[in-house]
Formats: sequence, C-alpha cells, structure tokens
Amino acid sequence: MARYLSRRDIDWPLLLITMLVCAVGVLQIYSATRDTSWHDAWWKQVVYVFAGLVLMWMIMVVDYHALLRNVPIMYILSVMALAGTYIIGKQVFGSRRWIPLAGGFHLQVSEFVKLVIILLVARYLTELKKDELDLKEMLKLSGLILVPAMLVMKQPDLGTSLTYLAILIVGAFLGGLRWKYIAAIAVVTVLVLPVSYSLLKPYQKARLVSFMDPERDPQGTGYQLIQSQIAVGAGGMFGKGPLKGTQTQLRFLPVPHTDFIFSAFAEEHGFVGVIMVLSLYFVMIMRVVQNAQTAADRSGMYICMGVGALLLFHMLINVGMVVGRMPVTGIPLPFMSAGGSNLWSNFLALGLVNNVRLRRFVN
Amino acid sequence: MILPPVEPSPELRVSESPRLRDDTRFAAAKIAIFQYVAVAIFLFLISGFWKLEVKNPQFYDERAQQNSIKSVPILAPRGRILDRDGRVIVDNHSSFSLMLARESVKEEHLKPIAQGLDLDYNDLLARVRRFKSQPKYVPIVIKEELTPADLAFVDSHRDFFPELVLIPAQRRLYPQNGMLAHVIGYTGEISEEELDSPEFARYNPGDVIGKFGIERQYNATLMGVDGQRQQVVDNRGNVRQVIGIKPAIAGKDIQLSIDLDLQAVAELAMDGRNGAVVALDPRTGDVLAMVSRPTFDANKFAVRINAQDWKEITDNPEHPLLNRAIQAQQAPGSTFKPIVALAGLETGSIDDQFTIRCGGGASFYGRYFRCWEKRGHGSIKLHSGIVHSCDVYFYNVGNRTGIDNLAFYANVVGFGRATGIDLPHEAEGVVPSTKWKLRNFRQKWYAGETISVSIGQGALTVTPVQLARAMGGLALGGVWHHPHLLKALDQAETPDQWKLNPGNVKGVVDGMYGVVNEGGTGVRARLPNVEVAGKTGTAQLASNDYLKGTSAGRKLKDNAWFVGFAPRHAPEIVVVALFEHGEHGQLAAPIVRDVMKAYFDKKARLSAAAEEEQAKSLARLTSVRNLNIPGLAPVAVPAPLKPTPGAGEGATLQAEVPEGRPRASGLVSRE
Repeated sequence: MARYLSRRDIDWPLLLITMLVCAVGVLQIYSATRDTSWHDAWWKQVVYVFAGLVLMWMIMVVDYHALLRNVPIMYILSVMALAGTYIIGKQVFGSRRWIPLAGGFHLQVSEFVKLVIILLVARYLTELKKDELDLKEMLKLSGLILVPAMLVMKQPDLGTSLTYLAILIVGAFLGGLRWKYIAAIAVVTVLVLPVSYSLLKPYQKARLVSFMDPERDPQGTGYQLIQSQIAVGAGGMFGKGPLKGTQTQLRFLPVPHTDFIFSAFAEEHGFVGVIMVLSLYFVMIMRVVQNAQTAADRSGMYICMGVGALLLFHMLINVGMVVGRMPVTGIPLPFMSAGGSNLWSNFLALGLVNNVRLRRFVN
Repeated sequence: MILPPVEPSPELRVSESPRLRDDTRFAAAKIAIFQYVAVAIFLFLISGFWKLEVKNPQFYDERAQQNSIKSVPILAPRGRILDRDGRVIVDNHSSFSLMLARESVKEEHLKPIAQGLDLDYNDLLARVRRFKSQPKYVPIVIKEELTPADLAFVDSHRDFFPELVLIPAQRRLYPQNGMLAHVIGYTGEISEEELDSPEFARYNPGDVIGKFGIERQYNATLMGVDGQRQQVVDNRGNVRQVIGIKPAIAGKDIQLSIDLDLQAVAELAMDGRNGAVVALDPRTGDVLAMVSRPTFDANKFAVRINAQDWKEITDNPEHPLLNRAIQAQQAPGSTFKPIVALAGLETGSIDDQFTIRCGGGASFYGRYFRCWEKRGHGSIKLHSGIVHSCDVYFYNVGNRTGIDNLAFYANVVGFGRATGIDLPHEAEGVVPSTKWKLRNFRQKWYAGETISVSIGQGALTVTPVQLARAMGGLALGGVWHHPHLLKALDQAETPDQWKLNPGNVKGVVDGMYGVVNEGGTGVRARLPNVEVAGKTGTAQLASNDYLKGTSAGRKLKDNAWFVGFAPRHAPEIVVVALFEHGEHGQLAAPIVRDVMKAYFDKKARLSAAAEEEQAKSLARLTSVRNLNIPGLAPVAVPAPLKPTPGAGEGATLQAEVPEGRPRASGLVSRE
C-alpha cells in the first residue's frame, strides 16, 4: 500500500493556501508585537510553521485506519493528560491550559485532543454501519465527548471545549441524526441555556453580558470587544497600512498577535485585505470538504468533515468575536494567531486530511 | 501522540465493511448543506466587516483617534500686578496641578484617589459628574498646588490610575496678612452661574478667572490664553509622539497707581481697627493707597477655597469681604461741613462775614438742636466755624441755603453717585433732597431734616473714596478726577468740573487749614514743613440719648472720620480715614497724618536722590566735553535739564528703585 503513495497526490493547493495564510499571520505578528516584550514572536512562529509541516508529514505517512484502530488508547491518554494539566498545569491568564515543556515552551493539551475527538467521532460513526444515527448511539457518543469537554471547560477554557461539541454536532448530522432529534436537541439547548448560564464562571457571564451590551462597561469586560470593533472600523476600505494601525501599534487592542490578530490585520489592511484573507480561508475549508467528498470510505469522509467543522467553527467564533458578533471566548484564528500548540494541532488536522486524500483511490 | 507505524492491510477494509455500505455518497446532500452553512457563515462574517469598515469607518476612525490622541492643556500664567514703581504686588509661582484624563477615568478609582490625595470623595465625584456633559478633551483639574507627598502618590500609582495627568501650572501668590486684599481681590474657578452669564460667555468650565477686585476688573488683561499640546499616547498613557503644540499666551502684567510704601503705612496705621483708608492724588485720580479692615487672606482663595474657610469668611459678622473704601456708606458727619459752607457761599446765602452766636445749641422749627460743644462757641464766623466745627453755625448755614442747594453742591462734589473707580461693586451713597424724598418715600421734605443734613447726619451717606475725591477736587478749585487704580489708563479720563469762586474755595480751604494748624479739632494731623488742611468728622450711628440708655458697646459707638489734603494751596495728596466706632474724628487724624508723612518723606528722599544723580551725570558730561580726541570734531552735548522736584517721576524715579525688587510678601516696612 505504501508504495502507491505519491508526493503528487498531496493536496498542494490546500498546502499553498495554508502557507499563504501562515505568511500573512507571521507578518501581522511582526507588526503587532513590534516594540513589545513579544517582539520575537514572529520568528518563533516561522519555526513553529516549519515544525508544523514536519508534524503534518509525519501524520500523513501513517494510514488513518491504523490511527482509527488506536483511538481507544488515544482517548484514554487524552483524558489522563487533560486531568494531568490540573496537577502540573501552569497558571497562565487565569486558566490552567498549559503543560510546561523543556525550552520554555508550554504545550496546550486540549488543542491536540481535538484531533482525537475527530478520530473518535469518525471511528464511532463508521462502526455503526448504518445510514441513520438513533438517539441511544447519539447519547453514547455525546457522553464519550462530554468527558474531555467537561475537563477542558473546567480549566476553564470554554472556547476549546465548544470546538469538541462542534465536531460532534457536524459528525452526528452527517451520520444521519434524524431531523426530529436535531429539533429536540435545539429545544433542549434553549431550555438548558439559562441553567448552563448559571453554571458559568463570573468572568464568562461578564463576557456574555458585555457581548450583548459592550458599552455598558467600556473599561471593563466590554473593553476588548469595543477596542476590536474600533480597530476594524478604523481600518476602512484599504486599511491604515502595515505598521500604521494606531489601535494595534499603541496597544489599545488587546492581545493583537493571538486572539485578536484579525482585528489588527483588519485595521492595517482594511476591508480589501479582509476579503482576500477570508477568501483564502473559504477555499481552504472547501478544499477540506472536497477531500471529504472524494474520500475512499466513510471514516475518511468523517475525518475530513471533522477537520472542516473544526476550521469553520474557529472562523465563526474568532472572526465573529473580532467584528463584535460573537462573545469573547478566547479561541485562536487557525494558522494566523501566534502560538505553537494551536498551529501544530491545525497542521496535524491538515495532515489527517492529506492522509485521507493520499488513500482515496481504492484498488 | 504519534503511534508506532502499523502496516495497514488492504484486507481489513474489504473484509470488515461491505463496499456498498462504505461509500460516502449517502452523505453527499448533507455535505452540500455543510457547504451552504459555510457560505452563510462567511457572508455573516463579511457583513460584519462591511458594517464596520465600509459603512461607517469615520465613526470608528474618530474613536481610534480619541483613544490615541490626548490633548493636554498648557496653562497660561496670569499677568503680574505691580505697584506704581514697578514693584511686584502679586506674583505667580510654579506648581503642579493634577488633572483627570476623562477618556480613561473610572468612577471606582475615585475613592482611592480621593484618599491618596486627601480630597473629599463626594466633592470629587460631584466634580467628575458635573463634567459629564462636556466634551472629553476638557480636562478636570482635581487638585492644584501638589505637595511632595501628592506627587509621590501620583508617581507610584501611575500603573493603577492611568487617568492621573500632571500638568505644570502657575499659581497666584498674594501679599500676606491680607494686605491690599480688597483692591487686588482674588481668582477662582468659574462657577456654573457665571458660565451662564454673558459676561463670562467665552470661558470654559474649569477656567480660573478673577472673582473680585482688580483681578476681576482687569481679568481680560491679566488672563492669558491657555495653550494645548496634542500628543499620541498608548494604552498606558505613555507619550509616543507630540503632534502639535499651541503655545500658551501669558497674561499681561498690569501696573497699579498704588504706592506700596504708602500702602504699607496705611495698613499699619489701621492695624487692629475696622474701617478704611483712601489716599488719592487729586490732580490725576491716582489711588495711592487703599485699605479696608477687617481684611482676609486672598491666598486662601488662590487655590480652590475649601468650604470651611469660605463659611468662616462669609459668616463673619464684620463682613471682611466688604471693601469699605468703596462700599461702606456712612454718614460723613462734620466732614460734610466744608461742602455746606461752600454751598452757602456759592449760592450767596452767606458770606465770609456771616456771624452767629453759639450758645451750645439752637432751636429750629420747634426742635432744639445741640452743638457738640455744650458750653457753646460764642461768636462764630465762617473760618472759626470750620476750625471748631461749630454745629450751630452750620445749622444756620444749612437752614439758609436749603436742602436742594445743599444736595446740588453735594452732587457737584460727586456724592450720591459712583466715582467710577475701576473696581466692581462700588456703592453710590445717598444725597437726600426734596425730590429724593418724594421719589423714595412719597413724602414731602421737612425743613427740620435739613438741619441734620447740614452737619452730615440724617439720610446723607458717603463712601470713603467719594469723600476723598470730593475734598481733593474742592481743594483744586473745582476739578474732580475719577479715581482709578490702573496707572496707565486706556482712555484719557475727563474730570468732572464746576466753576467755583476762588475766593469761596480759599475761605473753605483756609478754614480746613485752621482745623489742623490753628488749634482746631484736627491738630493731630499736623506735619512740620507741610501745610496740611483737613476736617474731622464724628458720625453718629444712633441718637446719643438712646446710647445712654443701653449698654450696647462698640456696635453703636460713633464713626470717626478724617479727611486731609496737602499742601494747602496746591494739593498733591488727599487722604480719608474712616475709623469705624472710633468715637471721635480726632482719633482718625493720626492715620491720615502717617500716610501724608510717608508721602512727603518719600518725595523729599527722591528729589534729593534725583539731584545727586543729576549732579553726577553733569560731571560725566563735562568730562566728556573736555576730552580732546584728535581728528574728531567736538560733539555738541545738550546741556542737562534742571530737575523739577516732584514732577521728575519716570526715569529718575525708576533709577531709585533697587534692582532686586522686593517681593510683595508681608507688609513692606518703611524705608
């Protein structure tokens, strides 16, 4: 089997688009961190990108069926690792998300658990061997995913745990969940929302409230939302030019190199730049979906669609937050935000897609 | 994460799952739905950017600028106030003011800030709220005159309270001990009511304006125009770049006609007494000295006055904020007699030979009017009548002249209307007449009332500055200049004039000379070498009968007046002293004498110095003239002018002022 693998079969357009987005990200990180204590983040990001490419290649080589076979082990390891972050995790930004590694690098376990979730959903739905997903199986699968999701939420990292649920929902939808169940889930969600709101941490509540009405406390929790909208709006049609955005350069924009990198980009490159980059993302997701359509089997299709769901969800939450249409949940923009864990997790996800693509010809 | 490579076997897939079941076509429709959802999500995101970046980018651009561009005021220093010799009376000194940058102020910060800076929290909160309606670039100055402890607090809390901004400022420094306080006045932050009035329409909240006295009168001159510095700041308030500077325009200095030497003497003379002193140059209207007691410390107003100090001053029953020199309306008492005499002479109702007998009192219209000298003065003419201030004589003069003639001449000398001095809130006094009574009381005038007015009692009231102006103009023969505090007036002042018979004037003035020099009531005002003329006055506040019946103390004691001028025939200075509850005019006379003595002593000293200087320069010029340089034509050197004593102000006088100008702190002692 391995000998049929050809370098020509790698999804080069997808890779090219990804590298373009990464390049834009590196430039924006450079602009946003000039004269700050993170001024070396841009070349670190370059290193991470190349490391990410290596990781992608590594996961491409291993047949995804073999990966699927080992999902139980990966799942157990993931849950243990997430629990472990409680013990050895380091307090950064008020959340225990990180495991310190050698060389001052902090690994965010929950980012890599996303991949396990994708594989888990793919294997579970494939093994059902049905075109329909009944409620019992749905609840079982949900239970499996809720364990790591709850652990991540406890960190507390609401944004990342929601990505797990996004993968589950898209998987269940593709797996043939009946419309009436979807409607039921929607109803239950609406009913449960007030209860779950009361379970949120105070800062999360404040974020939600300030999302509804950011001007209510412009200096407090609404600050990030307002500053982000000001940055985007000030960009106008063509932007203020690289290194010239006052919101970014004078640091009124919070974390302009990670979660709010797209605000910084929008300020400096304007609506035109935004359309160009969003087009790249759109094509990227559509390429992933196309790979799902051409997958050799269902498990491959589920893997690709899981990655597509992951990317789309990240776009919706992160960019939506940047334009003030989503609450501040603190999840990064794929391939642009500075930081190794998320970047590698995304490269690994693309590696999974290429993995499926390389093995799309059934012989 | 990376698992050991497993060699995938093709059989696995083929055997485990039947081909038909394992194709992906069953999900094709759902994948299409996912694609539509993706399109919808991207459109949703793009519409967000469209709304912000394309539909109203100006709105957000302005807000971005509000974030980053801060305007910091550069406070313009107020002009200094100098005395007639150029000595500094009111100066500024550098200090720091603390303002809140409104863009980043948080209400929950106000409490710790108030505690750290020793401010009243409720005051501060109210202040911040009051500025809410103002545009954001208007700063709130929350404390002036920062102490080193305040500066340390601000510096160490810069990270916690980025809204605190220090700006250098100039603060007013007034003379101590309340010297000249009523003339200079004070400054203060513009109030809400003032902002609404048209007079202050061009000012903004937070501006410091003159509130009282000269500070208010010449506010437009003294006040500069604040500048502004526009700077780019980052989110911590660090200045990254200065975009533009509009420099502050300093206020202009003004020079007063006040002579600090005379002022100091007058202040000392009034020490511990209530009342007022006014010294004028009758030839020009220059106010040389002006004292009002009790006084107040203007330095308490220089910063924001605190509520307790304000209450203390306004609740004081003696009204320290009243400038008695221009606002005290009191019966002039016997100081009015020279004007009664003048009115009698000018109207022809008496002549200088008019004689009466004083037996200690006289009856008019069925009522007995006493003379202050119970034993009587005997045979009295004009001269002796003024010298001894015989009441009976002036009852007769007044009675013959009539109230309306008295009122006419009282108006001629300037009573009953403001003198036009350049200070706010001048009082006008009252000159009673038949018309006046009819208009104000709808009653006819009783002839008996004329008798009281003849000796400066009854409804007649004057202010000290009116009296000084009246006597000075009378002594000059009928030219009444308008008193003023500004040395160089913008417009030439036109004096009030009335043609008086010189003989009549001489008769009155000689009488007043007699008051001081011929054993009259004003002997205590006598000066060697200077012909001082003057008049005492003892004005009753209540009838003496009433006073006897009660034990009411000071409150009802008579006011003592003295008005004097010198030299007799060419007056250069006229001084009025009002010594409230001083019981007798004789007690006010020494105050006037002290001020006059200071004036003539200084004049003598200056002319001596000027003569010496003249002699020196003459010697220099002659030595230059005698130099014989070969090849150089002899230069015509103008002969030096002879110094004219007294009129030689200007260059010679300036030379006398020592280089290091004395600071106007405390009373300047007599040299």
